[in-house]
Amino acid sequence: MAEPILSIQGLHKSFGGVTATDNVHLDVLDGETHAVIGPNGAGKTTLISQLSGALKPDAGRILFEGNNIVGQPAHKRSHIGLARSFQITSVFMEMTVLDNVALAVQAHDGHSFRFWTPARASKNLTDPAMACLKQVGLESRANDTASVMSHGERRQLEIAMALATKPKLLLLDEPMAGMGPDESARMVETLKSLSGKTMLLVEHDMDAVFALADRISVLVYGQVIATGTPDEVRADENVRHAYLGEAA
Amino acid sequence: MANLETTQNSQMPDNWTSLFTATGWANLILLVGLALVPTIAYYTGHPFWIDISTRLVILAIAAVSLNLVLGYGGMISFGHAAFLGIGAYAVGVPAYHATYGEFEAIASYNGFFQFGLAIAVAALFALITGAICLRTKGVHFIMITMAFGQMVYFAIVSIETYGGDDGLVIDTRSEFPGLDLSNPIALYALCFISLLVVLYIVHRLVNSRFGMVIQGAKGNAERMNAIGFNAYIYQLTAYVISGAICGYAGALLGNFTTFISPEMMDWSRSGELMFMVILGGAAYLLGPVFGAVAFILLEEILSGFTLYWHLPFGIILILSVLFVKGGMSGLLSRLGKRDG
Ligand SMILES: Nc1ncnc2c1ncn2[C@@H]1O[C@H](COP(=O)(O)OP(=O)(O)OP(=O)(O)O)[C@@H](O)[C@H]1O
Ligand SMILES: [Mg+2]
Repeated sequence: MAEPILSIQGLHKSFGGVTATDNVHLDVLDGETHAVIGPNGAGKTTLISQLSGALKPDAGRILFEGNNIVGQPAHKRSHIGLARSFQITSVFMEMTVLDNVALAVQAHDGHSFRFWTPARASKNLTDPAMACLKQVGLESRANDTASVMSHGERRQLEIAMALATKPKLLLLDEPMAGMGPDESARMVETLKSLSGKTMLLVEHDMDAVFALADRISVLVYGQVIATGTPDEVRADENVRHAYLGEAA
Repeated sequence: MANLETTQNSQMPDNWTSLFTATGWANLILLVGLALVPTIAYYTGHPFWIDISTRLVILAIAAVSLNLVLGYGGMISFGHAAFLGIGAYAVGVPAYHATYGEFEAIASYNGFFQFGLAIAVAALFALITGAICLRTKGVHFIMITMAFGQMVYFAIVSIETYGGDDGLVIDTRSEFPGLDLSNPIALYALCFISLLVVLYIVHRLVNSRFGMVIQGAKGNAERMNAIGFNAYIYQLTAYVISGAICGYAGALLGNFTTFISPEMMDWSRSGELMFMVILGGAAYLLGPVFGAVAFILLEEILSGFTLYWHLPFGIILILSVLFVKGGMSGLLSRLGKRDG
């Protein structure tokens, strides 16, 4: 594999007395699926939010393709190729599925100070949006309102919206959260079908992680205690003690 | 195959077929009624109706402008009456100086100048205050828009030249070539056509790419930022457009009342505009127009019974917010679906 596309160096973030990110060093290599696992409250979401620009780190650097992006607002980071999904489903509930994705396409199709021509009539938006919906298997739901979709479908929609921004790196925060086994299996298939996409995947579902990840980092109390291939991580004493052991 | 069909159907919205729904009929009746009823009443010797309709239509324009930010954009502005006031004073102040001297630069009866001034000053005020207000969210946004509104109110009260608290009489209405605004029918025609134009503008806006952005930012700005939008500058633009339209409505209002006072921009006036939007149907194009009709009718009827008509008024608003999702227009569209 190649150069790291993302290199996190000495990242710190605390909320009052709680240290949510504690001197984190982590590299994501171009093309890999890098999973981040860790118990509840380990700081996984906080880490993703600092990468996406929703939260500002207290210290440290985030190098994306070699450039330090700390200080760039979230919307700018989307334009250099970072896309995130949210642990708590975040879609535009009142809009149709197609409009949700078309809006993500629109964000990357020039400025939106276009006041007169109907957006929904624009093939430049709807065609790529439909293509993304196909990728996640939602094309038949294109004209349904997001609010009538099932939880699992909305999670798929989140992925489609992220894909519509043509990201170089996908930041996925527990895409299987709250899903039943069938829905989870479908999501694993969807993510597998994106092979070649570089992903930082936060996930609790161990089966999913071991099915998808090229490498795994284990986060506990804000610290990365191990990074390696799935087999290495499984064999790691610290990890067994701090995390996997607890689960078993 | 079935998928393909649904896609194609939905790509023809706003077409002729959509006119023949309950909503379509109601909208048509509303607009035709607003065009005909006061005109017929006027020519059959009931000038009262054209007065009330002129006020209604002007308030409807203001409410439509508020709907752009409140209904479609989720920005709950509690200060829109300030824009109405600014627009009215943009007519009154130049007219005052044209009559009594001083401030030669702005002294004018010219309608294009006055209306242009109303739009420009309202837009500028929206730009400055919006830039600040939009840094806050939720209740803070509501409170700070209201605070800016009250600031304008007190600023005008403190200017003795323009009558302070007592207000200012506009002796001469805005002058347009070939249009005499002291003729009630001419004034009403201008207001009604303005309403149609504003409705069309808002219709185009909310369906444009710009419109999709402000509707997306409504309630989910974090998501918008994550997919790559700087939601703030689009919301600010919407706020400026809304303020400009409301300023224009204010210029009409000044011409209608020919008496302007700070009372026009009191916070309770802003509340009335919100009432129209919410009762009529936020985020429905004609919702605020229905709301303005309901407001004017309720005001006429209730104020006949009691001095304290704001009380039953408030109760109706609370009930409609609690029980009628989407206001009158929302109700109509659900009725239509049940039929169809
Ligand atoms: N906005 C905040 N304000 C204060 N504390 C916070 C905030 N966000 C997170 N925290 C705290 O930081 C720590 C890490 O939280 P975070 O949400 O990143 O964990 P997580 O690994 O994503 O957990 P989970 O598996 O439950 O999603 C927790 O102790 C949490 O309470
Ligand atoms: Mg989390």
